[in-house]
Amino acid sequence: MVEPVDTFQIDTLNAMASAVMNMVKAASDWMTFAFDFPFARAVVFGVPIGGHLFVEGLLLVVILFLLSQKSYKPPKRPLTKKEIDELCDEWVPESLIPPITKEMQCEPPVLESAAGPHTVINGKEVVNFTSANYLGLIGHKKLLESCTSALEKYGVGSCGPRGFYGTIDVHLDCEARIAKFLGTPDSILYSYGLSTMFSAIPAFCKKGDIVIADEGVHWGIQNGLYLSRSTIVYFKHNNMESLQSTLEKVTQDNKRAKKLRRYIVVEAVYQNSGQIAPLDEIIRLKEKYLFRVLLDESNSFGVLGSSGRGLTEHYGVPIEKIDIVTAAMGHALATEGGFCTGSARVIDHQRLSSSGYVFSASLPPYLASAAITAVDVLEENPELITKLKQNITTLQKGLSDVRGLEIASDPQSPIVFLKLKRSTGSSSDLELLEDIADRALKEDNIFVATSKRSKLDKCTLAVGIRLFVSAGHTESDLQKACDSLNRIAAMVLPS
Amino acid sequence: MITIPYLTALTTYFSYGLLFAFGQLRDFFRKLIDWWNAGNLQGYAPICLGLEDFYIRRLYLRIQDCFGRPISSPPDAWFDVVERVSNDNNKTLKRTTKVSRCLNLGSYNYLGFAASDEYCTPRVVESMKRFSPSTCSTRVDGGTTTLHNELEDCVASFVGKPAALVFGMGYVTNSAILPVLIGKGGLLISDSLNHNSIVNGARGSGASVRVFQHNTPSHLEKVLREHIAEGQPRTHRPWKKIIIVVEGIYSMEGELCKLPEIVAISKKYKAYVYLDEAHSIGAVGKSGRGVCELLGVDTADVDIMMGTFTKSFGSCGGYIAGSKDLIQYLKYSCPAHLYATSISPPAAQQIISAIKVILGEDGSSRGAQKLARIRENSNFFRSELQKMGFEVLGDNDSPVMPIMLYNPAKIPAFSRECLKQNVAVVTVAFPATPLLLARARICISAAHSREDMIKALEVISRVGDMVGIKYFPAEPKKEQLEENRVKLE
Repeated sequence: MVEPVDTFQIDTLNAMASAVMNMVKAASDWMTFAFDFPFARAVVFGVPIGGHLFVEGLLLVVILFLLSQKSYKPPKRPLTKKEIDELCDEWVPESLIPPITKEMQCEPPVLESAAGPHTVINGKEVVNFTSANYLGLIGHKKLLESCTSALEKYGVGSCGPRGFYGTIDVHLDCEARIAKFLGTPDSILYSYGLSTMFSAIPAFCKKGDIVIADEGVHWGIQNGLYLSRSTIVYFKHNNMESLQSTLEKVTQDNKRAKKLRRYIVVEAVYQNSGQIAPLDEIIRLKEKYLFRVLLDESNSFGVLGSSGRGLTEHYGVPIEKIDIVTAAMGHALATEGGFCTGSARVIDHQRLSSSGYVFSASLPPYLASAAITAVDVLEENPELITKLKQNITTLQKGLSDVRGLEIASDPQSPIVFLKLKRSTGSSSDLELLEDIADRALKEDNIFVATSKRSKLDKCTLAVGIRLFVSAGHTESDLQKACDSLNRIAAMVLPS
Repeated sequence: MITIPYLTALTTYFSYGLLFAFGQLRDFFRKLIDWWNAGNLQGYAPICLGLEDFYIRRLYLRIQDCFGRPISSPPDAWFDVVERVSNDNNKTLKRTTKVSRCLNLGSYNYLGFAASDEYCTPRVVESMKRFSPSTCSTRVDGGTTTLHNELEDCVASFVGKPAALVFGMGYVTNSAILPVLIGKGGLLISDSLNHNSIVNGARGSGASVRVFQHNTPSHLEKVLREHIAEGQPRTHRPWKKIIIVVEGIYSMEGELCKLPEIVAISKKYKAYVYLDEAHSIGAVGKSGRGVCELLGVDTADVDIMMGTFTKSFGSCGGYIAGSKDLIQYLKYSCPAHLYATSISPPAAQQIISAIKVILGEDGSSRGAQKLARIRENSNFFRSELQKMGFEVLGDNDSPVMPIMLYNPAKIPAFSRECLKQNVAVVTVAFPATPLLLARARICISAAHSREDMIKALEVISRVGDMVGIKYFPAEPKKEQLEENRVKLE
């Protein structure tokens, strides 16, 4: 059965072999013919040129022929109207927002009175640890008086950006007052705390500039850095060795570094952890590597230093060493808005280049007037700061060994940040902490909040319970808070 | 579309060329001197650099007295402008104690709520005493008071959406919301003249951004078709979603958005519409509900409605209104809700009271009168300006009317001359407008009386003749204006 196939194969092979032989023979015949061509054996200037002239001539013809041809391009056929219509019909967009899950539905407690150290929620008086009202100025009589007279004189809003008749004399007075208090040449007001950093950074950092930032900075700074389109390198949270190695690496890698603007961006007291930036070390590094420093004093202005002038006073560093200082006024000053301070050149540049300043309506005048009064009150009452410092120490001590929780913040920070000793992944951590906060409010009338994060926030530090200490808290308030958290944590958390 | 006369364009270019040349010349000598006293930077790169800095030093500073004029009274129909002097060629300006009482044609005080108001102010002061000027806390922690919830319900029902969310600043509203709604793989189609806050929000979102010709629905459709067919750049995957961002009234053009056409197109191509009503909410529409009401668009067809309280309501802050789910999601994820101090309680009260006045819930007809007045005032002022031969941009019913100046030298001339005759106007130049299209901008208020406007028109006409900005021939209807004037006097 197999044999006929074999025979057939052999036959085919034979046929192929003979065909190849024929071709080789024909080619050699052709070659012989070529060599026999009259010019083939020609001798030019005494050199016999052999048969290759013919072959070369032939190659030349082939090359010319190929060159004369158009190169191959796939034919361009733009989509017809019908095809585009079909594509448009076929396209199905995602829904505008993802489906609402249970965790998205939590509603914050609603306050029925001012957010002072004591406030009213659901008709019950509670001790409030969620307001960054560090000096207890919420409800301060002088502030309310100055606001009332400003409201009656100027109305509420300013109805225009600073450039277009939105500059009211209190704005200029407020800028001068803040500059005088901090000992800087000038300052500039922004109408919202959050917009201060994300407008000031892009005014000074542009594409190509180098910015070294702490990885724990808050979203306002992150957004500012992103919008600036500079080269951004993050260093480990509040870790000076990491900062130094980053500075070293960046300056070495980049030969043009000397010609670029270089900045270090840090927060004085980190909103995300309560850590305090070691300014003396930062100044040493900044001067060694020739970087400028942008410092956000939102949580340290009015708090740190013997007279509340912030981190520079705390470390005894002259403020001129810091190139750009920003702060939100919605914390210690108990008003709203923000300011940036520094040299006259830095401030004047922002008046035309800072988008949040140029393109936004100015701060309502009564809030600027409140800020002036708040600085006056701060300057006249240094005991507020002493009281705040005492309160911080008391609370830190009372919370030093809560079961399952540890204090992540600096001993002098007005934000006391409690994080879980044993983390179980950030979303379940947050659930656990929310539970503690809920129970503290319901069972003990202690109002504390967890550090919630937006999905846009790139900060990866541990979540925790954040307590904002105020000079307005009494000894017994603090004691109640410590007792409550100790009791609830002992019930909720494993040892 | 603005078309510049050929000669004007040429002279404008020439003026800027001259300014540039002299600026460079002065910078050259500056550099020589700096080089002489070298080493003051000590290894740092200069903190301000490039053309931007050059523009500020050599162009802007020369006329900086026309901008940022301080006032010492509320920005009402008439206000006190503080006089300033300079001892160093306009480089720095010092405030004096002298003020001049001027007619205010610059503030966005559309409904006249800027000054203290018989209904609003007592309520504002009362809630300031109850809730203090600030909560010092974010909305999700301890910054939500009963006032905030009341405000959100009030705003939602005013704009005609199921729910709303408020923020303490209009600029932040735009720039923090857009990144939440759209990200990589999404497409934002933005009007070419959208406000800087939208541009910043779009940039911050990481989505692809395309621009369509200002207020041109046909071009929007072209861009949409092209990009839906093309898909994402390079990967050609289909877009995740497309959001079209437009404004109700364009603040630098005074134009009304062609909303009905844009909504129809977005429906056809399944894109979402984001409408920024910063200048239109409260100012236009029969009951002050903005462009949707004016142009007859169902608010259900606009997916995201944004607006600010700085203008018509005489307060501060911004809002987002949309479906219940949208607002719920924003409350969970929007950084401005999570990280920013909540809106100041007295400002919130001002908005609530202003809305009550607008809707007549205060028991008077003041709101309806204000709305009728602003419309009447705007249309009167616009038609008179056009009759005089000014090149006025914008649509009828819009309270914003830019007058084109073009040449850089006309900016300070117009502004200073008007101020001398006690009329305060806003002049706008780069960076708020393109370099060539400098303009003066008039914002009309319901607080202006007919006499105020006639005075303003007289002054503007006189200064317009002096500065030479009547680019069109005047209509021979001057007698009519005079008739009007006589009647009122």
